[in-house]
Amino acid sequence: MAERAPLIELRNVSKSFAGIQALRDVSIAVHAGSILCLLGDNGAGKSTLIKILSGFHPPSSGVIFVDGAETRFSSPREARGLGIATVHQEVGTIPLMSVARNFFLGAEPTKGWGPFRHLDIARAETIALEQIRGFGITRVTNGDQLVGTLSGGERQVIAIARAMYFGARILILDEPTSALGVKEAAKVLTLVKTVRAKGIGIVFITHNARHAMLIGDRFVVLNQGGVSAAFNRGEKSREEVLNLMAGGKQTEQIEADLALFEEDGQGAL
Amino acid sequence: MRRLLRRPEAGAFFAALLVYLFFAIAAWKANFVSFNGTAAWLDTSAELGIMALAIGLLMIAGEFDLSIGSVIGATSIILAIGTNHYGVNPWIMLAVVFVFGGLVGLINGLIVVRTGLPSFIVTLATNYGIVGAALGFSRLLTNTTSSSMLTTPGVDFLFASQWGQANIAILWWVLLTLAAMGVLMRTPFGNWIYATGGNIVAARGAGVPTSLVKVVIFVVTALAATLVGAIQAIEFHSGNAANGQGYVFQAPIAAVIGGVLLGGGYGSPLGLFFGSVIYGIISVGIFYTGWNTDWLLLILGALLLAAVLANSYFRRLALTTH
Repeated sequence: MAERAPLIELRNVSKSFAGIQALRDVSIAVHAGSILCLLGDNGAGKSTLIKILSGFHPPSSGVIFVDGAETRFSSPREARGLGIATVHQEVGTIPLMSVARNFFLGAEPTKGWGPFRHLDIARAETIALEQIRGFGITRVTNGDQLVGTLSGGERQVIAIARAMYFGARILILDEPTSALGVKEAAKVLTLVKTVRAKGIGIVFITHNARHAMLIGDRFVVLNQGGVSAAFNRGEKSREEVLNLMAGGKQTEQIEADLALFEEDGQGAL
Repeated sequence: MRRLLRRPEAGAFFAALLVYLFFAIAAWKANFVSFNGTAAWLDTSAELGIMALAIGLLMIAGEFDLSIGSVIGATSIILAIGTNHYGVNPWIMLAVVFVFGGLVGLINGLIVVRTGLPSFIVTLATNYGIVGAALGFSRLLTNTTSSSMLTTPGVDFLFASQWGQANIAILWWVLLTLAAMGVLMRTPFGNWIYATGGNIVAARGAGVPTSLVKVVIFVVTALAATLVGAIQAIEFHSGNAANGQGYVFQAPIAAVIGGVLLGGGYGSPLGLFFGSVIYGIISVGIFYTGWNTDWLLLILGALLLAAVLANSYFRRLALTTH
């Protein structure tokens, strides 16, 4: 893996908004066929990092490399054009529209010519069904079924299948399992592994350390905008990871304070 | 059958059938079921239907337009003053009012997408502004706020032909409904309209130009209001700056009865068609029964409430698995 350039790499990236530093000197690399887990508590800088990776914000300093070449995204569209797809939690699909219409939203297949050019609904339905079946959703038999009839996990699968169909090489998954039940989460995690096997580079953003440890190859823990730890699969236990996510030393301090408080309380009684 | 029931127009279709049967029986003696009786309610449905169709599209895209009333009134008075007071050719005046309508829609749309303010407030403001300007300018120019309009046979034919009591507006309504069906169901732009109203964040994420979609539908809505204003002015050969205010709420009522969700993202042109049919049958049917027409608003109010309840039921049905 080391000899091939990462699909995307951030080197010493910082970002500040109106004087507030959201990211500090962050370096990450996403390789083909590998899952990079970005862990961190609320406000750790995960959202800002996603926005830089997907082209919404340029970094204030630092460099982005795509396939080893220095790159500056001028828009999310440009990032998409380079095969970087972002699947957001909950906001990826539209409940009152059909599976096929959701799947091809913004890239609808048409047939005919000039003023007679129109949606090729039949083709959209066939392809959409074929693609989501390929990822194990067999419960949907009609392309005109509304997405609102599907479970949260199935909607995530549609969003991921759509990104794959439209040529994603780097898939950024923003909290894909956080709103799901255990069974549904398992489905999505299995799908993520399937996608990895196809050679896609995956950025898996979560605050659920258990889900991350199940599938991750490499882990980066963000804390207050900076990388507080980076390690490979098997190098740290779940307790260590949870501790890191909560801020490491800070957690120990909280525990110590609580212990002191209890002793004091008993003493006073 | 369940598949049919899941369609957005299902509720409105069955309601229209029921309402029609009710008045067919209640007003049988007054010849409600005759060519002229049918033409009477179709005429009412048609002018309202053109408005409801446009408002419905806008509501599907997640926006609202209260300024349609003022555009109808301003269109009619501009046509009247232009042709009668200044002697301008009616065809030229028609071009003028359609440009005017398009500009109003453009301004509404740009304000809404640029500022992010609710379209309800923005178009309430433009509605008052345009009515006021139309009244003020017509008083200033002609010393009155209503005036008769001069037309040509060609203009009359296109906007005010009659077959018995059936107006050509019915044909406009049917053709525009078919066109809207084509756009919504069969074009990428139609897909974008549903997506913009259904979940604007997801639509943007998928690369849909949501602001463009909204501005275009605002323009279409204002042009529909211009068409209705022109039809009315040419039909009665007169214009009045205060015309059209009734449509401000009748059109959204018909749209909701027709199955459009207030929150956006759901509805169909066929549903909007039947919503306007229901409105037309009730408001004309009650005259045929000979009952006191004071009851009309009560019936419409009850119907609106029933429609909203039925819509939420049908939407839930749509979201059940096959």
